[in-house]
Amino acid sequence: MAISLKLNGKTHQVEAEPGTPLLWVIRDELKLTGTKFGCGVASCGACTVHLDGEPVRSCQTFIEDVEGSEITTIEKMEDDTIGAAVQQAWLELDVVQCGYCQSGQIMNAVGLLRENAKPTADEVDDYMHGNACRCATYQRIRAGVLRASEILEA
Amino acid sequence: MTRTLSRRGFLKSAAAAGAVLYIGATAKGAMAASGSADAMLTPFVKIDSSGGVTAIVKHFEKGQGPATGLTTLIAEELGVTMDQIDYEFAPSDPAVYNNLLFGPFQGTGGSTAMANSWMQYRTAGANAREMLIKAAAQAWGVDAASLDIQDGLITGAGNSAPLGEFVAQAATFEPVETPRLRDPADWKIIGKEATRRKDSPVKVNGTAKFAMDVHLDNQMVVMIKRTPQRGGQVVGIDDSAAKEVKGFIMAQTLPTKLGVAVYAENTWAAMQAREALEVNWDFSAAESRSSQDIKDEIMAALNAKAEYNVNKADQAAVAATIDGAATVVEKTFYFPLLAHAPMEPLNCTIEQTAEGDIVLHDGAQMPTGPHMAYQQIFGLPAEKIHIKTMLAGGSFGRRATPDADYQVEAGLAFVMTDRSRPVKLVWDREDDIRSGYYRPAVGHKVRVGLDAEGTIIGWDHQVAGQSIMKGTAFEAFAVRDGIDHSSVEGIADSPYSIPGKALGLTDTKKATSVLWWRSVGHTHTGYVMEVMMDMAARAVGKDPVAFRLAYLGGEQDATRKAGVLKFAADKGNWGNPAPGNVQGIAVHKSFGSYVAEVVEISGNLDDGIQIEKVTAAVDCGIAVNPDVIKAQIEGGIGYGIGHAMRDQITLDGGAVEQSNFPDYEPLRISDIKAIETHIVASAEAPTGIGEPGTPPSAPALANAIAQLDLVVAELPMAENGVSFA
Repeated sequence: MAISLKLNGKTHQVEAEPGTPLLWVIRDELKLTGTKFGCGVASCGACTVHLDGEPVRSCQTFIEDVEGSEITTIEKMEDDTIGAAVQQAWLELDVVQCGYCQSGQIMNAVGLLRENAKPTADEVDDYMHGNACRCATYQRIRAGVLRASEILEA
Repeated sequence: MTRTLSRRGFLKSAAAAGAVLYIGATAKGAMAASGSADAMLTPFVKIDSSGGVTAIVKHFEKGQGPATGLTTLIAEELGVTMDQIDYEFAPSDPAVYNNLLFGPFQGTGGSTAMANSWMQYRTAGANAREMLIKAAAQAWGVDAASLDIQDGLITGAGNSAPLGEFVAQAATFEPVETPRLRDPADWKIIGKEATRRKDSPVKVNGTAKFAMDVHLDNQMVVMIKRTPQRGGQVVGIDDSAAKEVKGFIMAQTLPTKLGVAVYAENTWAAMQAREALEVNWDFSAAESRSSQDIKDEIMAALNAKAEYNVNKADQAAVAATIDGAATVVEKTFYFPLLAHAPMEPLNCTIEQTAEGDIVLHDGAQMPTGPHMAYQQIFGLPAEKIHIKTMLAGGSFGRRATPDADYQVEAGLAFVMTDRSRPVKLVWDREDDIRSGYYRPAVGHKVRVGLDAEGTIIGWDHQVAGQSIMKGTAFEAFAVRDGIDHSSVEGIADSPYSIPGKALGLTDTKKATSVLWWRSVGHTHTGYVMEVMMDMAARAVGKDPVAFRLAYLGGEQDATRKAGVLKFAADKGNWGNPAPGNVQGIAVHKSFGSYVAEVVEISGNLDDGIQIEKVTAAVDCGIAVNPDVIKAQIEGGIGYGIGHAMRDQITLDGGAVEQSNFPDYEPLRISDIKAIETHIVASAEAPTGIGEPGTPPSAPALANAIAQLDLVVAELPMAENGVSFA
């Protein structure tokens, strides 16, 4: 089926079978590889993108359900006030190790700060619980979200 | 000035752009710069005429930090800031980019990246500095001793110029074997907490290129339908349903008959077509045992005479001493199979160039492995095969298989095509969990005898499990007199001075493919040594820290271990947990480094426990990048504790029961509330950091839980009496 996809402020015409995960359209068709494949079952969060501003797992979001919605990926985060703050915090604290999960961590963190500008450490843990990091950079992720909150407040 | 550096294709484009200075060690180990087209070049540092400096990093980056660490060494010695230097990964060439600790083999592992590069990269950076200074001194007519390079500027004797101005002249000089290295007192980057990772920016904005992100024109995606039971063979396929999947290209049985390669236009089509493909398997020669069978075999081995008397002890005498001891502490331990599960599932991409060369794009941990395998698969000489090392999304040992398993799989899938289209092999998480190579299942049985004063007089330690090294290319240097050292490391070479120690080892039958897993044998030996030390201390009413220190006197090896133990105890408020909390401690040496950790937990066994804080102390020699070291300790702790809490791979009739993160649950952010790492100041040469944080983490947690009157001797904890909040 032909689908009109609004992604990072542009409209793309893509051809994909119904049931195709948004993840594979983003990666294989649109060649935006910042969004990662980790588990395919919405259990790790590496594929997190924003659908109308809300974090969703793109491996379990199907192409026929996103027409008309605004999709945003990690590649657009530097243009987002909260996204840029999170990225700055991530650099200040050198959160990343292998880095493979970090696009998803950042996309989810932006989702949290959008709905809760001043989260507590426990609130960060609750919200970020579904984003796995096999390098276990978790304490820097937690500190990074709290630091981004400070940056945004300043 | 244009130089012709024809020996290596990768040098050509850079050289064509202008004068380029390469500094490195030749295959013979002497230093040489590129004087002519015939020069034997092995570059670690490249400088172009505009002053652009690039470190050629011979170790791959899986998050453990060599892209920053090796670059730091060049920058420090040369005299540029970290912002003035870039890095790129070395091509596959074991004659020049070998791991100095692995022999003629290029690879990353055993936490050796910094340890084997420390002098090599500093020497390369120092040579570059001295050659540039010599060129400047000649041009200015001044004494070279009056010049230095700082922040990319050659300065002194009233002159100052960017180093790029002297690259052409410097390249005409010969480097020396022992250039002057900078005084540690003058270091500006090494040892500085403020130094940031070189790979952070691309990893926070989505532009980092992992192997999974390679997308070559006209590529096919291949996924493998594998035997559900190890050793099963394909006897027939039916691809009629697969043909209904849009984007399916073809299905071909691998020459090994261990699986079927499914080719498709894109990843999603490959996944669906593989699902739709019907395969008939012959399981007559396949593994059919279950986890319980494997465990029974290991337990039986622990109760029989050991196959190897590792330390040549008088076992009967040790047993008699323990029998007659005032206090005897005894425990049997069991560790399950574990998958590595790096965040980026295994993958690689192969293409053939117009010249008939083969190019592999891979998060290549041991490039020499696939490089050798491809010479056989493609019938090509080494120089016709090229490996482009990409960023790797974790490994924990998994990307370093002695048989280059996934790269060979991709090679076989490619060789079955007409090679007109690149092939990208993709594993999904189920492939990773089910068809991976595992940390072997291992059992230990330990009896410790103590005298009336509470001093150890005998330690009888039996180990049984599957050898990692036997049957691999690494057997020659890892196995001595039949003993696979990786099965007993951390016991056989423990810095503890334990009197009356007997150590026996029995190799059990091959049950599945096994592989080193972050910290290798220390994953279980560290646990057993440290849980036993705690049990012994408690049995005689002694403080676990004081008890251990009694066995850590004299030799530097022991005093460094004692040093981190005391440091962690001090920083972790040992003996003074927050009200309602309890603590556990463990210390272990691995990969040349010493790490002690205090784990503080809240809660109880009925309602569940919560890890409140882990305080670590590490002595890894000179701390080149302190913040990277802290990150590796944090990650090593999380990796060790996460698996100890919840994870195991089990077999049912030879088939793996787990399949993905829902049943191989990763550590999550809420599992550990805080980690604090302290680094011992040291002037010793740097040692490993990627793995040493892992071994003490699980036993420190176990020793905290023991304060709640449960000694966890079988993992994972969640299956053995511990619930987590």
